[in-house]
Amino acid sequence: MSVVRIPPVLRVAAGGEREVQVSGATVGEVLDGLCDMHPAIKAQLKTPEGDLHRFVNVYVNDEDARLLDWTDTLVSDTDTLMILPAMAGGAG
Amino acid sequence: MSPSYQDLLADSREVVPEVQDTDLAPRIEADDGPLIIDVRETSEWDQGHIPGSVHVPRGFLESRIGGLATHDREIVVSCAAGQRSLLAGRTLAEMGFSNVTSLAGGFARWKQNGNPVVVPRVLSDKQRARYSRHVLIPEVGEEGQIKLLDSKVLLIGAGGLGSPAAYYLAAAGVGTLGLVDDDVVDESNLQRQIIHTTDRVGVNKGESAKEAIRALNPEVQVNVHPYRVNRDNVLDLLGEYDLVVDGADNFPTRYLLADASLMTRTPLVHASILRFEGHASVFLPDDGPCYRCLFPEPPPPDLAPSCGEAGVLGVLCGVMGNIQATEAIKVLLGIGDTLSGRLLIYDALEMTFTELKVRRDPDCPSCGPNATLELRDYEAWCAGVGRHEPAGTAV
Repeated sequence: MSVVRIPPVLRVAAGGEREVQVSGATVGEVLDGLCDMHPAIKAQLKTPEGDLHRFVNVYVNDEDARLLDWTDTLVSDTDTLMILPAMAGGAG
Repeated sequence: MSPSYQDLLADSREVVPEVQDTDLAPRIEADDGPLIIDVRETSEWDQGHIPGSVHVPRGFLESRIGGLATHDREIVVSCAAGQRSLLAGRTLAEMGFSNVTSLAGGFARWKQNGNPVVVPRVLSDKQRARYSRHVLIPEVGEEGQIKLLDSKVLLIGAGGLGSPAAYYLAAAGVGTLGLVDDDVVDESNLQRQIIHTTDRVGVNKGESAKEAIRALNPEVQVNVHPYRVNRDNVLDLLGEYDLVVDGADNFPTRYLLADASLMTRTPLVHASILRFEGHASVFLPDDGPCYRCLFPEPPPPDLAPSCGEAGVLGVLCGVMGNIQATEAIKVLLGIGDTLSGRLLIYDALEMTFTELKVRRDPDCPSCGPNATLELRDYEAWCAGVGRHEPAGTAV
């Protein structure tokens, strides 16, 4: 079971959870598992075709999964996945 | 009988040979030239000194020499007229330095004979007092403080992030601050935008911040730009400044700044905030990843609520804005390790700082080898992305 960290903007869709334990051997499997657990997240992470949105960054520990093997990146129980959308807030 | 001053000088001459300015002058720029140590007082040094010489006031010579030279290093000691340098040279000889000479006639003769002289820019007595805690830090020092006084920083937004960043940059003596904000102070801003005050509600934020900065440090030149940064003005604005602090509250402005900072080669200090969480990084043009290497596209509006919609802990702004001010100062001074290549995530609820690696994207549409940098219609672009376009659709 990998730990998936949920960013503030997705927490409502994840039932208020900040961290979720999800099983899966790859980044893709873990994210699928997350979407099964919290279906409301799915539309925010994936296109209708099932691909991850370009604006969704996923980090495995401190590395960008896109620069590893993206959704095929292997993960183990000791890995932490972080979903990271950009934030805009600053001035207002 | 105790030796007189003249006796001491005569004795020192026995131990410390004198070198003439005509012999020293051709050697000062050479790679194998001697280490010239000027033992005069600070006020004398400030009036002018030999190029390349190192200032160690006589009273600090014994304590500092170990960090400057090895025992076999060729050292020329100089002072005003060539007497203090003889005594200082003798002390060095007694400490085991074996290749020490004294400049005959000192700086006075050096200058009189038309040799090159450096007159350093120095802080005024008032500045030295105001910035004394900076001057004491070896990484900053008087030279660094002068660099800050000569620096120009543009702040996008005088709000949550811009308030603490501008306040501390002004206190630090950054000589010129530009504040871009078309908004006026609202009562709901005061929970976090600490540069504004209750009696300035309704005043333009740049003007309000200027008043606070004037009260804190009247030496700082504040340029108020009471409009929004846009495609037409961004390049001119950035061109006037050495560094930009991004405290914007929307994606179109953030992507505009990201591209414009690459075009003008202006270092960009980034932070963003929401609720209890903050992000910070530094983007140095051509020397690390850019904003779009990290976030190629903005999320759609429902995934990117503003602080006005989702709320923000007031104190979070102080932490993140001051991280920006810290990074800005480091970039301006060229010291330390900046957040370039790293995204710092601060979670105030957990009180954790997490670091992610940000790498340069070889296919980055803004800084990759095939990128063509042009300012686009960021409003339309940000509104359009994330609308389930098939992969590969040009945006």
